Amino acid sequence: MTKLCSLAEAVSQHVHDGDCVYAAGFTHLIPFAAGHEMIRQGRKNLTLARATPDLIYDQMVAAGCARKIIFSYMGNPGVGSLRILRTEVEAGRLEVDEYSHFGMITRLQAGASGLPFLPMNPTAAVDLEQSNPNIRRVIDPYSGRELIAVPALHPDVAIIHVQRADVNGNAQIWGILGEQKEVAFAARKVILTAEEIVEEDVIRSDPNRTMIPGFIVSAVCHVPYCAHPSYTQGYYDRDNAFYLEWDKISESPDAVQAWLQEWVYGVRDSLEYWDKLGAEVHNRLKVNPRLASPVNYGDY
Amino acid sequence: MEHTASELMTVNAARLLRDGDVVFVGVGLPNLACNLARRTHAPNLVMIYEAGVIGARPARLPLSIGDPTLVSGALSVCSMYDIFTLYLQRGNVDVGFLGGAQIDKFGNINATVIGPYDHPKVRLPGSGGSQEIAAWANRCYIITPHQKRRFPEKVDFRTSAGFLSGKTERQVAGVRGGGPQAVVTDLGILEPDENGELILTALHPGVAVEQAVANTGWALRVSDQLKITELPGEEELRILREELDPTGIYIK
Repeated sequence: MTKLCSLAEAVSQHVHDGDCVYAAGFTHLIPFAAGHEMIRQGRKNLTLARATPDLIYDQMVAAGCARKIIFSYMGNPGVGSLRILRTEVEAGRLEVDEYSHFGMITRLQAGASGLPFLPMNPTAAVDLEQSNPNIRRVIDPYSGRELIAVPALHPDVAIIHVQRADVNGNAQIWGILGEQKEVAFAARKVILTAEEIVEEDVIRSDPNRTMIPGFIVSAVCHVPYCAHPSYTQGYYDRDNAFYLEWDKISESPDAVQAWLQEWVYGVRDSLEYWDKLGAEVHNRLKVNPRLASPVNYGDY
Repeated sequence: MEHTASELMTVNAARLLRDGDVVFVGVGLPNLACNLARRTHAPNLVMIYEAGVIGARPARLPLSIGDPTLVSGALSVCSMYDIFTLYLQRGNVDVGFLGGAQIDKFGNINATVIGPYDHPKVRLPGSGGSQEIAAWANRCYIITPHQKRRFPEKVDFRTSAGFLSGKTERQVAGVRGGGPQAVVTDLGILEPDENGELILTALHPGVAVEQAVANTGWALRVSDQLKITELPGEEELRILREELDPTGIYIK
């Protein structure tokens, strides 16, 4: 059964005020278009979870979508700080639930595996543990040694951008895999955005590359260029210039609101946004092909 | 040959790497140091990135920890859970590079907050991968400019563990890694003594002991075998400037 719908329909149907949302992707495949759609639809009081909140959550917080953030690295990758998040946290206006990267993805792994928690080896750095009551100790029943435990994370909605999927939501990813698979299995609902919608035969031609099976997916949206200014491996490059530009824009709350007006509220969807970026940006982000050697699955 | 402070730190950090090391790399100077080492004395260096990339051979300068150039031509790409468990927690990482806003007398690092956690004066980005890298990599190196505000006697928040308040405390804690082995600054190199206290073990040519002492927030002790580092060589600088960072993003 096809789950294909527009991103606006998917957000309208599956993302509710107050939800815990995890827009996945470690630097790669960050579904910015979905963040922008949540802003356009005026979602409020969301708990935004991501290892690296990145610009997508800086923008959503600026637009007033969030009350809480779950994270493990709150910087503008390669640039500096996420100014809006930093200001909101320093002012005490945004609730914080913080982990290391390993703590964060272990929460997802526990959620994805149907376990209440998972243990990790201790690191001897206890200040975060003492600041966050979610990080606790458990005794290894075999050695008696103390381990660190973090609870399963079950986002209400996962939003996952992929290179290609079929209309049933069977999805293939290559390049940096981050935490996409774990988020998809940990979440209660999965919205998939894809650069390309392909026939099921294409998926079946390379089953090892399928990270997410369609039967855990609620909605499939065809959203080319969804990840800009993040990137999609093999499709378009990361817009590093925009990450630098955001550092400037986000110095001024007025400039941020003007940017949201122009680039989020002022466009209908991601295609209009991509068109508006113009030919110069399109050319700058173009990538030359570099194909993998084919593998032979054998005809049995 | 003239060089910048960043070039000086990068070259000295690169020299700490051994051929065959498996290194958990960060962007910026650590990335440059690893790529420089691989092109000089450590051709078999294996670069691992927390995004889940193993054996990266970046063809251009990566500007983020998840740059697509890290993937194309890499040995393997895995999930973040795999990189932190199979590679780091299991003990398959020789070297980790760390950074932070504050580094204290025992090599503990703060990348989380200045001031109290609940009402921070400055909210910093937080741990990322560093809490576990500092604990579980066999050896850790830190590259940082030598400034008093970066070297307090005690950090406001321990994001990642150095030697806590002394080497035995780290040993009792039972973490597998060896802790910080060197802090490379633009003035010289600090290394832990037998108690885990960072002391000045090397100066860069032309730098006086007093400069290092004056720019450190604790009473910096000086090794009785204080060395002078070798100036960056022509070939090292050529590789950095022509091959690795031709537009001078990190080394200028």
